[in-house]
Amino acid sequence: MTTSVVVAQGLFTWPAEEPRLIASERDGVLSFPARAGEKQHLLGRTGRLWAFTTQRFRPPSPPYDGNDTDETFRPYAIGYVELPGELLVQARLTEADPAKLCIGQRMELRIVPYTVRDDGTEVLTYAFAPAEGDQL
Amino acid sequence: MTEVAIIGVGLHPFGRHGAKPALEMGTEAARAALADAGIEWSRVRTAFVGSHEVSNPDAIVGWLGLTGIPVRGAFNGCATGGTLLQLAAASVAHGEADVAMAIGMDKHPRGAFAADPSVAGLPAWYGQTGMFLTTHFFGTKINRYLAEHEISLESLGRIAAKNLGNGSLTPHAWRRKTRSVREILDSEVVNHPLTRYMYCGPNEGAAAVVVCRADLARELCAAPVYVRASELRSRRYGAFELQSPSLPLTPAPSPTVDASVAAYEAAGLGPEDVHVAQLQDTDAGSELIHMAENGFCADGEQEKWLADGMTELGGRLPVNTDGGLIANGEPIGASGLRQIYELVLQLRGHAGERQVSNPRVGYAHLYGAPGASAVTILSR
Repeated sequence: MTTSVVVAQGLFTWPAEEPRLIASERDGVLSFPARAGEKQHLLGRTGRLWAFTTQRFRPPSPPYDGNDTDETFRPYAIGYVELPGELLVQARLTEADPAKLCIGQRMELRIVPYTVRDDGTEVLTYAFAPAEGDQL
Repeated sequence: MTEVAIIGVGLHPFGRHGAKPALEMGTEAARAALADAGIEWSRVRTAFVGSHEVSNPDAIVGWLGLTGIPVRGAFNGCATGGTLLQLAAASVAHGEADVAMAIGMDKHPRGAFAADPSVAGLPAWYGQTGMFLTTHFFGTKINRYLAEHEISLESLGRIAAKNLGNGSLTPHAWRRKTRSVREILDSEVVNHPLTRYMYCGPNEGAAAVVVCRADLARELCAAPVYVRASELRSRRYGAFELQSPSLPLTPAPSPTVDASVAAYEAAGLGPEDVHVAQLQDTDAGSELIHMAENGFCADGEQEKWLADGMTELGGRLPVNTDGGLIANGEPIGASGLRQIYELVLQLRGHAGERQVSNPRVGYAHLYGAPGASAVTILSR
């Protein structure tokens, strides 16, 4: 059985059927990740892709702790998703091919393993995936 | 306020210099600037020194001479050189010193900048998951900008080709090989849509500037260059910046816009008065965006400007005449003072093969993490 751990506590609700990113609110201003001492605010799960790029080389380690090498590294995309009425959230995207991404497309939150440790443990983080339909 | 002039500039070429310490490069740049000014270190009354990798850059007095003067370290990321010049000019303008120096130096390992996210006040997961990187910010920003303003990838290729071309005419540049727009566009993608030859690389080097009271400058120097403005701005809430896990929906202008507006106002000049400019070109996309953020053209006009060669050496506004960061690399403590070195050579008419025709006003712009920008305006 695959075991999994979250990369950080307090980043998203987990385990959950419909996980949410955990932001915080103070005087009407939202912050993500949540700030200590502020009121918790769970962000919406869908939004529109606001901007994106790809990461084509393995980031320097540390701080990156993916269990891969320059040879086995798989490029990923990263971008900002506009959550209506809330924030632009920076996230890894599940789709790494820029030809399959376009600004304005509908995106949905996913919890995904970004790496698997030597003992088989998956390390989970949040990401956004292209979503069906156009309604937010 | 007392007018301030630059009377000496010095450069230790940017590149890879083996085991040579950054402080030694800083010392050589400082000595070159002093020789250019025709004065001794003992004549300097205060100095401002900056570096990312050297934790005590003020240790340079051990190399330059233990004269007991106040020497202060200052650091603003990629905007450090602008800050150093600003502080040196302010110390002269305010009467603390009649002669002051700005010295920047660095020695970075190869490859993208790596650090623990805690140094920027960010949580560990941001680094662990591969999000704490400066390079993808530039890809993200230009990718959206190109789409918003209908600018082609060829424009990015033209900028990189121009800067490498200018580098080929600059004896001290690090990258002196010209490359065609096609070769640049076809090189490997680093962060979509930016390719390998569109990026600068962190490297090693140093630069230094001597400033003094303008009345003194006219005695010491045949061709002083005047500091008309030197401004630094940090980011406002809503600005699209590096290392931002989230941003508010309501945008604010980049600190570049704020620093630029403040500098034009202080100088009593506008973008139309500038004859030669050095704009932060961490990558070709940055230079493209900075053309508009510094007021030289409207958003989207870059396409025509670049197609018409308006920022090339013979164009209406030559930009990054020594090849900029793309051809020189970026030792971040020194990079801004390299821009000043180049502008002073241009304003004196001493820039050799890359000399612009009779410039009187020069403009230098820096931008970097975590959202700081410095703008300096110089004139003959």
